[in-house]
Amino acid sequence: MFLKDYISDVVNGVSSLLKGMRKTGYYFTHSKEIITEQYPDNRATLKLADRFKGEVVMPHDENNEHTCTGCTACELACPNGTIKIITKFDITPEGKKKKAIDAFIYRLEMCTLCNLCVAACPSDAIKMAPNFEHSVFDRSKLTKILNKPGSKIKEGIE
Amino acid sequence: MYTETEIIKDNTDLGPDGELVVNMGPQHPATHGVLHLVVTLNGETIKKIEPHLGYIHRSIEKMCESLTYRQFIYVTSRMDYLSSHINNTACALLVEKGMQIEVPERAKVVRTILNELTRIASHELWIGAMAMDLGAFTPFFYAFREREMITDIMEDTCGARLTMNYIVPGGLMYDIHPDFQTKVKAFVKQFKEKVTEYEDLVTGNVIFQSRTKGVGVLTAEDAISYGCTGPVARASGVRCDIRKIDPYDAYDRVEFDEVIETAGDSFARYMVRVKEMNQSIRIIEQLIDQIPEGDFVGKTKNVLKLAKGEFYQRVETARGELGVYIVSEGATTPHRIKFRSPGFSNLSVLDHIAKGSKIGDLMATMGTLDLVIPDIDR
Repeated sequence: MFLKDYISDVVNGVSSLLKGMRKTGYYFTHSKEIITEQYPDNRATLKLADRFKGEVVMPHDENNEHTCTGCTACELACPNGTIKIITKFDITPEGKKKKAIDAFIYRLEMCTLCNLCVAACPSDAIKMAPNFEHSVFDRSKLTKILNKPGSKIKEGIE
Repeated sequence: MYTETEIIKDNTDLGPDGELVVNMGPQHPATHGVLHLVVTLNGETIKKIEPHLGYIHRSIEKMCESLTYRQFIYVTSRMDYLSSHINNTACALLVEKGMQIEVPERAKVVRTILNELTRIASHELWIGAMAMDLGAFTPFFYAFREREMITDIMEDTCGARLTMNYIVPGGLMYDIHPDFQTKVKAFVKQFKEKVTEYEDLVTGNVIFQSRTKGVGVLTAEDAISYGCTGPVARASGVRCDIRKIDPYDAYDRVEFDEVIETAGDSFARYMVRVKEMNQSIRIIEQLIDQIPEGDFVGKTKNVLKLAKGEFYQRVETARGELGVYIVSEGATTPHRIKFRSPGFSNLSVLDHIAKGSKIGDLMATMGTLDLVIPDIDR
């Protein structure tokens, strides 16, 4: 009885191991079915999803104009104080004072990429960009000013 | 310089009964996260296990109390990061319940599909990590192949792979990606073909079976008295699936079985999770063609304020029952918030079921409890 159990244990054990080894052998000979991303060698062809949340950017058009009114809705929506907006008053051609942004300060090192600022923006001034290689040698480089120098608000955005 | 005899003398500071205290972690390569176990051994037999917690404590509950009802959801992704979608759903459901926000049907169905995808992804990672704990390296790559498809779907629709923050009070943050349905269908097809590979590699493997069968047995009574939930309790024959008991979102209109095993050992816990993945696939198949048209987010006020009172919502995460409890004073932020995390209760049973077994079995017992340390510490 003992011998019978022993032999059946050995046979079952070996067959179960061979079953697993067959799968390994299959993928050894069918190397095309293996999917491995060769990052960073494939940087040129790497395609990230359009919605990938990498960092917050402010799109500017060809006239160096953005649509940010400086309403600070994003600043209020941000859970960790990543965004700080400094406003100034521009003088319009009619001689009136108009509120505009001086600096849109974005601290990438504090950002959790939760998308709440983009969702809160009433004028679609900011969006998420799929850049993910953020490592720099100096932490101060992660504090960015999103509005480009000399940029101004687009006509007709209130 | 020590002489040879002095070295031996120095190493014999064993306890009164020949006890040896071994620290497992926080840098131990086989533990998940940074769990620190102080294991008291007598020879190779475990006498006592003391988990030392707090290495990854971020005071999430206190953090949530300073954030508004829209903002605090993203923090919960960082608790149980493998089922972050389900954590987010729990918080969103609670705010919706407290404010009587009408959630569109489309959002409900999409939430259910994404929750089930998250559950599959979590179990896939668990199979890989647990098999690696037990010394099998290959299943990790097989499991991650399917998991990669899910993270791709998440990346397309939610914009992130792990901490999605896609669910907001009232529905979804934005609409699903146009390719969502085709991609999920392709995943379901591939998963059904490839799930047999796990059976060949892991389930039928004689080494795996002899290392898990009869190891770390948890009885149904103990599972209830220690507050175990999820696959750990269901492997002991306790019915505790919140999706069946207290359905939320679209779970009341789908057919699926609550997976119950009665053995209560490590192998039963493994089988529950493997079978649960198949049930999740069943749920996704029923819903993927039935996504109703319409809005993806309901009408909400600009500033969310919960009425004065207490609110509780529970959901079934990949690890068990997650409860969110909020005491509101009528302000824009919660007055007190408490998370009942499944991982903490499941960890507390470890000392009870591993006592008396050999130290090699501890890896199997601990692996099948599916501990996620950020969920335990919060």
